[in-house]
Amino acid sequence: MTEAATATAPARHRDYAEYGLCGFLALTGIVVLLDAARLSNNTTGVDPVGPKPVPLLVGGALIVLAVALAVAVARGSRGEAEAGEDIDPHSRADYKTVLLLIGVFIANILLIDLLGWVISGGLLFYGSAIVLGSRHFVRDLVIAAALSLGTFYGFAIGLGVALPAGILQGIL
Amino acid sequence: MDNLELLLQGFATAATPVNLLLALIGVIVGTAVGVLPGIGPAMTVALLLPILGGLEPTSALIMLAGIFYGGMYGGSTTSILLNTPGESSSVVTAIEGNQMARGGRAAQALATAALGSFIAGTIGTALLVFFAPLVTQFAISLGAPEYFAIMLLAFIAVTAVFGASRLRGFISLMLGLTIGLVGLDSVSGQARLTFGIPQLSDGIDVVVVAVGIFALGEALWVAAHLRRRAVEVIPVGRPWMGREDFKRSWKPWLRGTAYGFPFGAVPAGGAEIPTFLSYITEKRLTKHPEEFGKGAIEGVAGPEAANNASAAGTMVPMLSLGLPTNATAAVMLAALVSYGIQPGPLLLQREGELVWALIASLFIGNTLLLILNLPLAPLWAKLLRIPRPYLYAGILFFASMGAYAVNGSSFDLILLLVMGVLGFVMRRFGLPVLPLIIAVILGPRIELQGRRALQLSSGELKGLFGSVNVSTGQFQLSPIAVTVYLIILIVLAWPLLFALIRKALPAKAQEALEVVHEERVHPQHADDVSVEPPADPEAREKSRQ
Repeated sequence: MTEAATATAPARHRDYAEYGLCGFLALTGIVVLLDAARLSNNTTGVDPVGPKPVPLLVGGALIVLAVALAVAVARGSRGEAEAGEDIDPHSRADYKTVLLLIGVFIANILLIDLLGWVISGGLLFYGSAIVLGSRHFVRDLVIAAALSLGTFYGFAIGLGVALPAGILQGIL
Repeated sequence: MDNLELLLQGFATAATPVNLLLALIGVIVGTAVGVLPGIGPAMTVALLLPILGGLEPTSALIMLAGIFYGGMYGGSTTSILLNTPGESSSVVTAIEGNQMARGGRAAQALATAALGSFIAGTIGTALLVFFAPLVTQFAISLGAPEYFAIMLLAFIAVTAVFGASRLRGFISLMLGLTIGLVGLDSVSGQARLTFGIPQLSDGIDVVVVAVGIFALGEALWVAAHLRRRAVEVIPVGRPWMGREDFKRSWKPWLRGTAYGFPFGAVPAGGAEIPTFLSYITEKRLTKHPEEFGKGAIEGVAGPEAANNASAAGTMVPMLSLGLPTNATAAVMLAALVSYGIQPGPLLLQREGELVWALIASLFIGNTLLLILNLPLAPLWAKLLRIPRPYLYAGILFFASMGAYAVNGSSFDLILLLVMGVLGFVMRRFGLPVLPLIIAVILGPRIELQGRRALQLSSGELKGLFGSVNVSTGQFQLSPIAVTVYLIILIVLAWPLLFALIRKALPAKAQEALEVVHEERVHPQHADDVSVEPPADPEAREKSRQ
């Protein structure tokens, strides 16, 4: 479906969040341009182009696309949200779950080097499962512990994957 | 033949007991992960990639080949047994496959998919053996201007051909290029978009981008829209098919293969178009038109073969030009790079042993898959019942483990989260994922080739169209580069050309085009279109408005 076809479709509810996307694109474009402006462009015979033109092109294109999208949205274009096996397309977006998941993930980032993968990874799984609606608190904990211990022994010790032991160094 | 000898050497490398065991593990893990709903082949490879970090390159690639085919097969199992497909490439398989399963013929649907995948994969890999060295020979003669043009074509094709909206495709492409810019410029050594953060000077690892966009983004997106009721899984016994099924399947398998491989091998191809073409062809040729829409075996056999043959086809540009044409190939290319292997036309010369071992293990993985999947199908079907909180918590868990393992640094987890949120936003606004991932991988390389081409012309723009002939000292247009630019123009102007062609065609052909277009856009309704009497095109036209 082209933009034009979307525009002639029956008037759907306009999605104002799309303008937020335009803003994000324009902002990214400006950041890319500002960063490019800071580069010194001492072009040489070996490199007559220098590092500057490509970011200038990309940044400029982002701003142009942001404007183009704003125009398209004003004319009724709407992104088709992605479908999938476990997605209920008619449900309203549940941002509380998403934010809680991000919170659990940030906790993992903060804790991983300190507590080690076994504890922080286990907490990541446990917390995510509960946030996603699991109510088997004991079973979830057992699975989380089994997963994080299993991956640590299997991958970190078995295959040499770089996972931190943290405070359990020497115990595991 | 020289290729055969090299392939046999590849088999010798791949068939050692340890490597066979790795291929087996790869196939099992790949299928298991691929069967899980919400996880397609690209995400399977991305999630399992960092785990392979400890293995030596040859063994890792052999396991990866198993994961690749396993993930593909797992995905089609999901689309047959669940009523909604996850990947665009298995949308068509799901149309008839799910209907067959509902009608109590799940075993036959899985069997024809497994055999079709095996046959298409084997023929496709054999064609790869033949074409990869041929394309490599051609590729070695290419210079920077030609490379620049070909990569530009890959960008434009992937953006303009796939997905619902070109505008959104280009947005995705530019976001990918922005991510690719981060880090030290490879020529001048100046830092771009690093904001003074030392960890960013090496750039953002492609594996972190892939895991973030595919895995974390998907998990967050599903979390926002999770079905609260249990999905319906159709029970299945051991797959088998009778003589009649076989008679109806073998021609669609071969036709599907013939559609899939060439489409996979060209930058604009992918699996979407050949699977649709195969479906339409089978619908036209079948002796059982009344079954289409209600579970016709030809409608599973053909598209499934096309899907696998296209996957084999994507290996041709990936191995000979370093050009990924679909998401899975892009992630596999990232795997090569993470082993310090430089993709491109010299790959087959420099890393011949490795590449031939990879190709040999594609044959091995494909065979293992057939042996394993027929008896294991009931077990895979059980995996579909995994409680969703565990599934998506598990994706977060493994994504986090993988991203940490890339550099052993928690900074990558921050990047992973940023990429995950970006992946969420892209799914929310219908921005296609593929252009972004291809741009991240090819972005730095296209810049390098472009700058190299302009270096040869001392900065004049004509350097992108040709180069100075060494013997005569005269500037010469490169016929290859010019041809590729022409193709780009045609691809860009296609909607306009399509409209013109449609006007020029007689009414009957117009109608056929309409149907094809309709089936591509709304495959679920494909059956209503053909059931309606063709004598009344006006009413249909109206109903579509």
